[in-house]
Amino acid sequence: MGVTVNGVEHVRDVEPRLLLVHLLRDELRLTGTHWGCDTSNCGACIVWMDGLPVKSCTVLAVMADGRSVRTVEDLEGPFGLDQVQQSFMDCHGLQCGFCTPGMLMTARKLLDDNPDPTDTEIRQAISGQICRCTGYRNIVAAIRHAADAEAVGRGDT
Amino acid sequence: MQVPAFFEYQRATSVEHVVTLLERFGPEARIVAGGHSLIPMMKLRLAQPELLVDVNDLHELSGISVSEGELRIGALTRHAELLASPVAGEHFPILHDAERVIADPVVRNRGTIGGSVCQADPSEDLSGVFTSLRAVAVVRGTGGDRTVPMREFFHGPYETAVRPAEILVELRVPLRPGAGSAYVKVDRRAGDWAVAAAGAVVSLDADGVVTEVGIGLTAVGDADFTAVEAEDLLRGRVADDDAFAAAGAAAAEHCRPTADQRGPVDYKRHLAGELTVRALRAATARAHRGGFPE
Repeated sequence: MGVTVNGVEHVRDVEPRLLLVHLLRDELRLTGTHWGCDTSNCGACIVWMDGLPVKSCTVLAVMADGRSVRTVEDLEGPFGLDQVQQSFMDCHGLQCGFCTPGMLMTARKLLDDNPDPTDTEIRQAISGQICRCTGYRNIVAAIRHAADAEAVGRGDT
Repeated sequence: MQVPAFFEYQRATSVEHVVTLLERFGPEARIVAGGHSLIPMMKLRLAQPELLVDVNDLHELSGISVSEGELRIGALTRHAELLASPVAGEHFPILHDAERVIADPVVRNRGTIGGSVCQADPSEDLSGVFTSLRAVAVVRGTGGDRTVPMREFFHGPYETAVRPAEILVELRVPLRPGAGSAYVKVDRRAGDWAVAAAGAVVSLDADGVVTEVGIGLTAVGDADFTAVEAEDLLRGRVADDDAFAAAGAAAAEHCRPTADQRGPVDYKRHLAGELTVRALRAATARAHRGGFPE
């Protein structure tokens, strides 16, 4: 199979039963994507496939053959952290950090599609993810902070 | 780590290719689309297919359109696409009501409409939605297409009218100008399966009398997800709270819930009745008397 991950093409022989999360972590050594509940409930394993967030514990690696995957490692650009990463730091949007990769990937997609979400829309966007530190309040605040910072960057305010 | 048992994998290149593979491998072959029901079952070895036929490249199976007086929803249409579809929401708000409470936004990016109804989970939301809408399933096999009314589609938990060498290609919902529709669900937390849920589709004449009604029930043990007794009771009556209460009582009486970690039987029976009333009330509020919007 061949899959483009963060812009780099990888070709691997894999068993059909290998899950995408394990291809990323164990074969490609991209351990930023976390492997959590294994039941598509917690969202720690969220990556983008062909531009859409998916739970990679419930996608077979072979289903990504010929497709494009983006992981949390790709958020940081040549000029530093992505704004959602910076805002999670600034607003204490993480405690233990286990859910953070999934939260960041969902947050990035939300703001790409909807640059000025309401708090309700933010909560809906992350409703398929679990923070076992129960730090939701600061996660929502971090995503709001990122939206505001990006609005300033665009000159919207 | 949860890992499925060994299986072979093929990426289908056409619907005909799917049917050919299903014929060759027999009942040990399974179609995978979103995989959000099948892959968890394979991890738990509740399902152990020898061949997975991946239909995700078959774009002819996805999309939503209106044609020949029907809303047509391709089997590979993702939940997120149905939720985002203005044409679906305009004709049948029940579809958007239900999609908003199916799993979570990330799962909805992947899970498909066809996969949900073919899984035939007793707690699955769209089953009761499509029976209340009197939708028709289009199923393709070696002999070509055949149609199955959704009220005859479900043969029991996890069993449908789709035969081993067939694939669901489309769901067709007859348009009903002026009809109102709604879906209401009680669940324990965001994204969970229903404790119970009800859907209603109501058509009214100029005097507010119910000319046709569909009532779907989720997770309360109706094999065909339909409250037929409540429908029969309501048809021909003025759509008011007395009529809704009678229909709710009939729905509660005739459903067959089982006790599980989501609640005891009497609670689920109560929900079936109350949610039927609320779905009917909301659907009626969205209906236009006499059939056509003013």
